[in-house]
Amino acid sequence: MGPLVPDIIGNELNFVVALFIGIAFGFILEQAGFSTSQKLVGLFYGYDFTVLRVFFTAGVTAMLGVVALGHFGLIDINLIYINPTFLWSALIGGFIMGLGFVVGGFCPGTSVCAAAIGKIDAMIFILGSFFGVLIFAEGYPIFESLYKAENWGYVRIFDTLGMSQGLFAFLLTAVAVLAFWATTIVENKVNGKPNMEFRPVKMYVGLTGLAFIIGLSAFFLPDISEAYLNEIKNESYVNSYEIKSITPDELAFRIMDNDKSIQIIDVRSAEEFKKMSLPKSLSFSMNELFNKSAERVITVKHKRNVFIADDELTSRKAAILADKLGYVEPVFLKGGLNEFKKEILEFKMPEEIKTRREADTYRFREKASKVIPVLIEQNKNKIIPKKESKRIIGGC
Amino acid sequence: MNSTKYMNPYLAGFFLGLLLLGTIYITGRGLGASGAIKSGTVAVVQSIASSHTEQSKFYEEYLAEHQNNPLKNWLVFEVIGVIIGAFISGLISNRLKFTFERSPKIQVRTRVAAALFGGLLFGFGAQLGRGCTSGAALSGMAVLSTGGIITMMAIFGGAYMFAYFFRKLWL
Repeated sequence: MGPLVPDIIGNELNFVVALFIGIAFGFILEQAGFSTSQKLVGLFYGYDFTVLRVFFTAGVTAMLGVVALGHFGLIDINLIYINPTFLWSALIGGFIMGLGFVVGGFCPGTSVCAAAIGKIDAMIFILGSFFGVLIFAEGYPIFESLYKAENWGYVRIFDTLGMSQGLFAFLLTAVAVLAFWATTIVENKVNGKPNMEFRPVKMYVGLTGLAFIIGLSAFFLPDISEAYLNEIKNESYVNSYEIKSITPDELAFRIMDNDKSIQIIDVRSAEEFKKMSLPKSLSFSMNELFNKSAERVITVKHKRNVFIADDELTSRKAAILADKLGYVEPVFLKGGLNEFKKEILEFKMPEEIKTRREADTYRFREKASKVIPVLIEQNKNKIIPKKESKRIIGGC
Repeated sequence: MNSTKYMNPYLAGFFLGLLLLGTIYITGRGLGASGAIKSGTVAVVQSIASSHTEQSKFYEEYLAEHQNNPLKNWLVFEVIGVIIGAFISGLISNRLKFTFERSPKIQVRTRVAAALFGGLLFGFGAQLGRGCTSGAALSGMAVLSTGGIITMMAIFGGAYMFAYFFRKLWL
């Protein structure tokens, strides 16, 4: 599950990755013609909409990709950098940048790109931007209140507008396609001749069609997490799902035996977990099972994950969810924690014992009912606070 | 030798989008540019007036985030890559040449002043707006950040608003 940093790719290696990403970035920008200011500002005067075409195609492609990855549970959206929203600084900063764009003819990325192939005006632009940063840095006490005003946090546009992510993604794609069409007309009018390069040939139709299909599928198909959570609401589905279980006796035995190969995933609420929890158990809510923090724990090698909740049905549901998410052989606790409490923790020796086997079982349970509560008590002080994965810091 | 044609903008955009998507998947963050200029500025100020960086809040915050080494920043490495990548592209397409680009109707010094002042505005605006066209607008759009999309609209809206007054620089 993405992002691969910092688990799979360490922070140092990430710098090397950055270099290669940059090479590709610079190469594409230069190939697209972003190394000439005349071309860059063309969209503001109507004679060349290259920037708009490249920018929106890229934005829509990446946006649809992120939506799709999140949709299929391949990336943990809670971990990726979402540019925070500070209303006034975003607006005023944006306007100033817009002014800088038409005056200077570049933006920072394109100026670096143009300077790399020898554009002297771009080098001057970069020099100017150093002074711009310097002014901001030196005047920071003056700008700070504006810089930090109206903090909305890491909000996302569809939440702000109160619509579904799929709908917004679809609308944005549609707007981009409309803009491509309209700007081509404007461009042809301004230049007085049609731009032969941008006739709607097969490739555009193909790409646009593809974007639309992805956009539409994201709009119609429910989120994978929602789909799974919905499926396990159906009791007959849950009961007919083939999934392995562990009996309270076996679990009790393994706990007493200090068996390191098992790991208990407790899906009850955090409060209940704090009140009473089995040794070596970890607390995750059903929703948290979709996160990378859960993936990190559940995929630890050579561990069998036992999913527990108060009742058997919920325990079963949790294990099914884990199975659907592709985790290896999850098991659930038969009878849930309630049964475990009744049979083990609050064990009362029955008056009548029929077979020898029963006698053995009862003897074991009696011992367990004395040992495990002590382990639970000892474990109380040892509950490791769950390591919260932090959102990656990005942005400029 | 004539320089070769530019890439089809939709195709270039598609590649750029895939690159951005890959970047988000691998690193959890988007592309950027102005952040590296900020790192550079802090590094320069630190080397010529280190006592100043210890007193000013902006530098202090920045240096604390970067373990006192402003150049140890993801975007610095990325922008070094941009320079290399653009250079390779220019080399392949025969566009490597020291040139000074300006509209024939304006004087050299006008273009110098405009580029310098435009850069200054962009540098300042990118600090205030927490990112530039790449870091805030493009990457923000990819992750559907409200702030990123507001910044994007403000950049393009602002540019259209002011374009008329600076038309002599370009047309």
